[in-house]
Amino acid sequence: MKLFEFFFPKRASAPVARERLQIVLAHERALNGRSGDLVRELQEEILAVIAKHMKIDRQMVQIQAKQNESLSTLEIDIQLPAPAGAAAGAAH
Amino acid sequence: MAKVLVVTSGKGGVGKTTTTAAIGAALAKAGKKVVVVDFDVGLRNLDLVMGAERRVVYDLVNVIQGDAKLPQALIRDKHLDTLSLLPASQTRDKDALTPEGVARVVAELRERFDWVICDSPAGIERGAQLAMRHADVALVVTNPEVSSVRDSDRIIGLLDSKTERVERGERVEKHLLLTRYDSSRANSGEMLKTEDVLEILSIPLIGIIPESQEVLRASNIGTPVTLSNPDSAPARAYTDAARRLCGEDVPMTVPGERRGFMQRLFGRRVA
Repeated sequence: MKLFEFFFPKRASAPVARERLQIVLAHERALNGRSGDLVRELQEEILAVIAKHMKIDRQMVQIQAKQNESLSTLEIDIQLPAPAGAAAGAAH
Repeated sequence: MAKVLVVTSGKGGVGKTTTTAAIGAALAKAGKKVVVVDFDVGLRNLDLVMGAERRVVYDLVNVIQGDAKLPQALIRDKHLDTLSLLPASQTRDKDALTPEGVARVVAELRERFDWVICDSPAGIERGAQLAMRHADVALVVTNPEVSSVRDSDRIIGLLDSKTERVERGERVEKHLLLTRYDSSRANSGEMLKTEDVLEILSIPLIGIIPESQEVLRASNIGTPVTLSNPDSAPARAYTDAARRLCGEDVPMTVPGERRGFMQRLFGRRVA
C-alpha cells in the first residue's frame, strides 16, 4: 500500500482546501467578520443623518456588503416612511 | 511591564491548553515570572496537563467571588518555581465569571508576574471573549485544516473588535501558531502549507509545531512538553516560539523528526 502510494501519489487535496477557504472567508468577512463593524457603523450613521430630517424606523435601513471575486458591492436600502395619507415610497 | 497573552483558536482540540502549558514553561525556564490561567470554567484541563490536578484548592471563580485571596488560589509548579497556575472551576459554569471580576484578577496578576497567559475556552462566546478581553498579545492556535482556519479567522475578527486595547484605539499583537503540522504531508499536497494558512489569515507567524507523539506523552504524564522532553521536535518548536515572543530573532524552521527514504516507503507506524 505504502509502496504503491509512493509511486502513484493521490491527487493533492490541499489546493482544493485553500480555494474553498478563500471563497468562504471572503463571504463571511463581509457578513460578520472584519468588515462587520463597518457595516454596523454605516447603518448607525446613515440612520442618524435621516433621523435629522424625518422620523424613521430603525428597521427601515438595511445595509449589506457583498464580495465576489471581481467586485464588491455595498447595498443600501432605505424605506422612507409614508407621508400622512399617501402610499409608502422607497429609495434605493 | 507585564504582558497579558491570550491563547485562543475558536475551534476546540487544536492545542490551546498544550500550547499554554508549553509556552508558559518555556518562558518560566528562561527566568520570567509566569502565571497560566485557565478560563475554561466548567471544563478545566490546564491543571491536568500541568500535573497539578491534585493540588487544586481554590480557583479563579473563588477569587472573583471573594471566597479566596489570589495567593491562596495560585499553585506553584512542581518543576519551576517561576511558574504558577490559576485553575478554573470545575463545578460552576461560564456565567460565574464577571467582566469586573476578571478585570480585577488580571490587574492583580499583572503586578505579580511578567507574563499572564490566559488559556481560552473553545468557541466565540462569553468565555472566549472574557479570556481575550485584557490581552496585549494573542496566540491564534491553528491546525492546517479547513475548519480550524475558518474558526481562527472569526477569532481574529473578535480580537480586532472585542478587546480592551482595541476599544482604547490601540492594537492587540496577533501571532499565528501552527500546530500539528506535518511537513511531508504538506509538501505532497495533502495538507495546507504554512504559506497557504498565512496568506488566508494574514497575521504574522510565531511558530510551527510539528505533529508529534511527544505531545500526547507529555499530557499523559502531566508535564509541559518543553519540560518533559526539551530536545524533542515540538519542545524545540515551542521554545523557539517563546523566544520570538520575547522579541528574539530566531530563524523559522520546522524542527523535524526526519523520516528516511525507507521509512517513507514502508511507513513509520505499525498501528
